[in-house]
Amino acid sequence: MQTISQTQLMFRRFRAHRLGMFGAVILAFLYFLVIFAPFIAPADYLQQRRDYVNHPPTRIRWIDNEGNFSLRPFVYGTARRRDPITLEVFWEEDYTKKYPIYFFVRGSSYKIFGIESDIHLFGVDRDSGGQLFLFGTDRFGRDLFARTLYGGRVSMSVGIFGIALSMVIGVAMGGISGYYGGMIDNIIQRLIELLRSFPRIPLWLAFSMILPANWSSVKVYFGVVTILSLLDWTGIARVVRGQVLNLRSKEFVEAARALGASDRKIIFRHILPNITSYLIVTATLSFPGMIMGESTISFLGLGIKEPMTSWGLLLKDAQSMDVLLMQPWLMIPGIFIVVAVLAFNFMGDALRDAFDPFAVTGSK
Amino acid sequence: MLTYVLRRVVTMIPMMILISILCFAVIKLQPGDFTTQYLTDPRITPEQVAQIRARLGLDQPAYMQYLTWMKGILTRGDFGYSFAYKRPVDELIWERLGWTVAVAGATIVFTWVVAIPIGIFSATHKYSIMDYILTFIGFIGVSIPSFFLALVLMYFALRMGSTAVGGLFSQQYIGAPWSWGKVVDLLRHLWIPVVAIGLSGTAGLIRLMRANLLDVLGAQYVTTARAKGLHERIVIYKHAVRNAINPLISIFGMQLPELISGTIISSIVLNLPTMGPFFYDALINSDQYLVMTFLMFSALLMLIGNLLADILLAWSDPRIRYQ
Repeated sequence: MQTISQTQLMFRRFRAHRLGMFGAVILAFLYFLVIFAPFIAPADYLQQRRDYVNHPPTRIRWIDNEGNFSLRPFVYGTARRRDPITLEVFWEEDYTKKYPIYFFVRGSSYKIFGIESDIHLFGVDRDSGGQLFLFGTDRFGRDLFARTLYGGRVSMSVGIFGIALSMVIGVAMGGISGYYGGMIDNIIQRLIELLRSFPRIPLWLAFSMILPANWSSVKVYFGVVTILSLLDWTGIARVVRGQVLNLRSKEFVEAARALGASDRKIIFRHILPNITSYLIVTATLSFPGMIMGESTISFLGLGIKEPMTSWGLLLKDAQSMDVLLMQPWLMIPGIFIVVAVLAFNFMGDALRDAFDPFAVTGSK
Repeated sequence: MLTYVLRRVVTMIPMMILISILCFAVIKLQPGDFTTQYLTDPRITPEQVAQIRARLGLDQPAYMQYLTWMKGILTRGDFGYSFAYKRPVDELIWERLGWTVAVAGATIVFTWVVAIPIGIFSATHKYSIMDYILTFIGFIGVSIPSFFLALVLMYFALRMGSTAVGGLFSQQYIGAPWSWGKVVDLLRHLWIPVVAIGLSGTAGLIRLMRANLLDVLGAQYVTTARAKGLHERIVIYKHAVRNAINPLISIFGMQLPELISGTIISSIVLNLPTMGPFFYDALINSDQYLVMTFLMFSALLMLIGNLLADILLAWSDPRIRYQ
């Protein structure tokens, strides 16, 4: 007879959850994209091209204008034109200039995990003069595809650092509150109530004004992480407190205490392992809030600052109606926010179902 | 019940004091104050800046500023003075409250009118294709940030040639007296902010309604009702839906405060005359009393919303008792 552990059981149940697996696969793909951003993006995200300002996404073709099919995709060269009557700027494809797309082409040099390289996953020959803008360019002629991937590094990592931090605060506060009770519990609970009695968005914005304007973008990044977790830990603390209160009076904790275990040992060895699954679920379900929070603050220009970028900050460029009409491709980073949040929601729901001990045993 | 409400209101007082301290601390932690913008202005000398600081009371120590502010609120109901607008802040907030509540109210109506029927449909057609499609749309609804949704809706409205994008009225109706045309014009403008702000709440409500109704539909009294030979419509609407909707009422009380803060970002994008853009400008300018009063106000609404939710729940569900 074979027995499986609780962890294996959870894993099995998670794998059976189709939407959850779908979310996990999407997230793995997104993290792969952003981690290897310099390699995957054909261009550098900061390079400005004065000749290619507000260029729409380049069309990738397999069939040329004469109807010939080529297995290797290619792009046409483009030229900037101005409508003589409306004076509207538009880009016209030049059918005489054809640039095939190759895998592993040389381009701008970058450093990743300490390895210096100039090989990019795909692109056109850099000496041919062709340009490949998968998502178009912004008003400085910077490649939006590269910027979206680099922005994803910020947007997708804010959640990790933010949740790590709010986890530490939340577990500490909730643990102390639940384990010791009494006066300390009362004070911590009032503090949580205080923080929760504000609507989130105004408080986010007010806190983000604290970050000094002369801070470097890295400092601002960690400032944003701190703000997000300062307002996020209360949820975790409540869950932890409830669980600790519940477990504190259980026999195994009393047994540990009778054996002379220290408070620290009881909390870390006996109580915390029992609430790990709750913490994992809460953490996963906190990601969407973190990503949304970061993009909201950055969208209003109070968060991440240049030269660093994030999905929210990229969307900031798409705020006016003229831009929406003339350069709709600037909205593409928003799709990434939606996809990432959606994937985290799918995964969080699946984890919650998988970790629910009532699903199999049916008793406490 | 009355004593319960009274007790809750009394406990709100120390909370409001703590809230006011937090609001003040957040403002004071910000680098610079309202006069910082004058420092780079070549027309104003540093001495003049110092004078302005003294006149606005910004040269006093922080705790004195807080105490003066509190004293004004408690003795005269004076919430302070906006540096930028040179007018009392409560007047300024009051002026913008109307449209803010109007937009938030329209959003609440939209949320419930759309979510409840869809939730009922989803639950009664469990695991049908429509249920899956609606669930998926609901998932997207909770995953899309309101400001991005506002941008997308604006884009499509503009592409379809709509001129009713941004603001609440077309040019010719601004300042015009109310007429049928003006109302129609308002509605044509209003749908974008309402959908942008309300979609995530709607999606959440659909999920809740569906889950609650599914729970209730499995209950024995529903089986009994069916066994009695009641019409399916009566079983669902009279027996099941009434009980399934009860827990949602507590959400209702929390909706107004959440929506008022939820309108902030979409209002900035869509250029609406609500408190959102106003609060944002005040923040950027360090117009401290305006920011503090707005924060206090939104927190107060939250507390009242909480209380309202509990009262509504007790009122609608006779099983809940407060001692």
